[in-house]
Amino acid sequence: MALLEVKDLKVVFPTDEGLVEAVNEISFELDSGEVLAVVGESGSGKSVSAMAIMRLLPKTARITGHVGFDGQSLLDLPMKGMRRIRGNDIAMIFQDPMTALNPVFKVGAQIAEIILVHRDVSAKQAMSRTIDLLEIVGISEPARRALQYPHEYSGGMRQRAMIAMAIANDPKLLIADEPTTALDVTIQSQVMEAIKAAQDATQAAMLLITHDLGLVAGVADRIQVMYGGRIFESADADGIFYRNRNPYTRGLLASLPRLDARTQDKLYTIPGSPPNLLRMPPGCAFRPRCEFALDICKQEIPGFTTVEEDHVSRCHNIAGLPSLVESPS
Amino acid sequence: MESWTRGSALTEIKVSETALELAIGEEITTEAKSLGRQTWERLLHHRLAVGSGVILILLSISFWVVPNFSPYLFDQVAAGPPRSAPSMSHPFGTDPIGRDLMVRTFTGGQYSIRIAALVAITTTLIGAVIGAISGFFGRWVDASLSWITNMVLVIPALVVLLVLALRYGSGPWAIAFIIAALSWPRIARIVRGLFLTFKEQDFVQAARAAGAKPARIMFRHILPNTFGPIMVETTLNVGAAIILESTLSFFSLGVRPPTPTLGNLMEAAKGAIDSRAYELLIPGAIVTLISLCVNFLGDGLRDALDPTTKRSR
Repeated sequence: MALLEVKDLKVVFPTDEGLVEAVNEISFELDSGEVLAVVGESGSGKSVSAMAIMRLLPKTARITGHVGFDGQSLLDLPMKGMRRIRGNDIAMIFQDPMTALNPVFKVGAQIAEIILVHRDVSAKQAMSRTIDLLEIVGISEPARRALQYPHEYSGGMRQRAMIAMAIANDPKLLIADEPTTALDVTIQSQVMEAIKAAQDATQAAMLLITHDLGLVAGVADRIQVMYGGRIFESADADGIFYRNRNPYTRGLLASLPRLDARTQDKLYTIPGSPPNLLRMPPGCAFRPRCEFALDICKQEIPGFTTVEEDHVSRCHNIAGLPSLVESPS
Repeated sequence: MESWTRGSALTEIKVSETALELAIGEEITTEAKSLGRQTWERLLHHRLAVGSGVILILLSISFWVVPNFSPYLFDQVAAGPPRSAPSMSHPFGTDPIGRDLMVRTFTGGQYSIRIAALVAITTTLIGAVIGAISGFFGRWVDASLSWITNMVLVIPALVVLLVLALRYGSGPWAIAFIIAALSWPRIARIVRGLFLTFKEQDFVQAARAAGAKPARIMFRHILPNTFGPIMVETTLNVGAAIILESTLSFFSLGVRPPTPTLGNLMEAAKGAIDSRAYELLIPGAIVTLISLCVNFLGDGLRDALDPTTKRSR
């Protein structure tokens, strides 16, 4: 049985202007040691689905479906049981390390706290574990750094501290929500390496949420492309990069800057903008921006088509897509 | 010749400034300075606040020390001739029943300060807890607590104080609690506002994701972030409480004599304003001095806690 089983997860936010279906019937599984990348534009529902798994969404959110974790159904768990899991079995790395650390406490104390909350250890043991953790995530002079405040850390170091905090209790599942988005490009890959190393060290499963396909290339085992709250394509990493069968995935990949492109070529952009979740177009959500759209796309939401083993794509016109040799742009 | 020397002096200053910068730079990288310590250092640069603090400390010390060294007790009748003018043995003179006014004034200061401190602590505790709960939980909890807070706030304080003081008043502690019961809403509203901002911050979500209980998030994660404004408000409350106590006493509704407070000393002296105005002016000046100093100290604290405000003093 998989460590994390998400089945038909649906998240709806009632607003004054109507229902916002942020996440629509997504299902996936994740095993220990596996890295699943969830990729998509802003508003595609990737963060909301992670928050729904952690049950960190505001009370107004209506969550349906099933989230199985390690034999427990997370959506049915009482709050007390949920708190025992958070930070212990499932840990999270947040997007913005500048604001995710409490400014008035020393970094070491914040890491030690999460250990003390979940483990029956002395403050001294927690502190020595904290220093080890800071060392693991690549912070030099950890003993001295542990006694500093967040404002004395650089952005990259803060994110490393957040990683240390996330792996403090050897979690079974790590959720990294755009962990490098707020960082300078020059250190994004370093931090990504630190995350990968931390995940290897704990043998945790990892749910990596990002909009940067380039970033997940070397890290992810599986990639899930989301659009408008639905999974559009799901395959192993090679399947997404080299054998993808979905116009949206192709658009995302074509939008990546390439080192081998001729310099006078303009960078490809997907025309239009993501759909307003309040006024979803009928049929396929991507249809208004899709260059391969058929008439049926206006009426019917496409179901999953199995492209190959373990590789599904949500598109009416898979047959009409050019083969990858002559891919768009 | 002269300009040359001046030039060299300037260079010297420049060099030493660079050296200073280097030294400071090293300090920053080698030593973790807590927010509290940085605030303290900035406060020390605020001359008005430091001066006010020193005056307050000296005044408080004198309130406790002077009565101990005086040959008279504050309620000792006929310590000297009644209504005597200031003299060597009675520097502030005596009142109509011959009590020494100096020992009464300083003891009165002692009681006023005690009352004010008790009011400040109580209002801060009540206000912070109510504001924290209201801002953190939101929804109906916030709605009902805010309603209560606003109700207490719109009640004309003096009228209620007068009624309550008539019913329960007389002892210094009763007066303190009556004042506190009506002063907490300001702090509650400030803390509520801060909680509304802080609870949306990522570190709160991070704490939640780490499995922290609501109480822990409220009091261990968010509350320490609000200490600055709370401290400023508490300081200012001390001044407000001293004035309120004097006001109540002035209407004969405060602490009942023979226990002296700065307020009831003024009340006792108000009949003698033509003949012995100093009896009224001395406690009045002390009340003014304390509340001025407390306000300057509060302002200094506010500036020190907010590094973005320009240093004006």
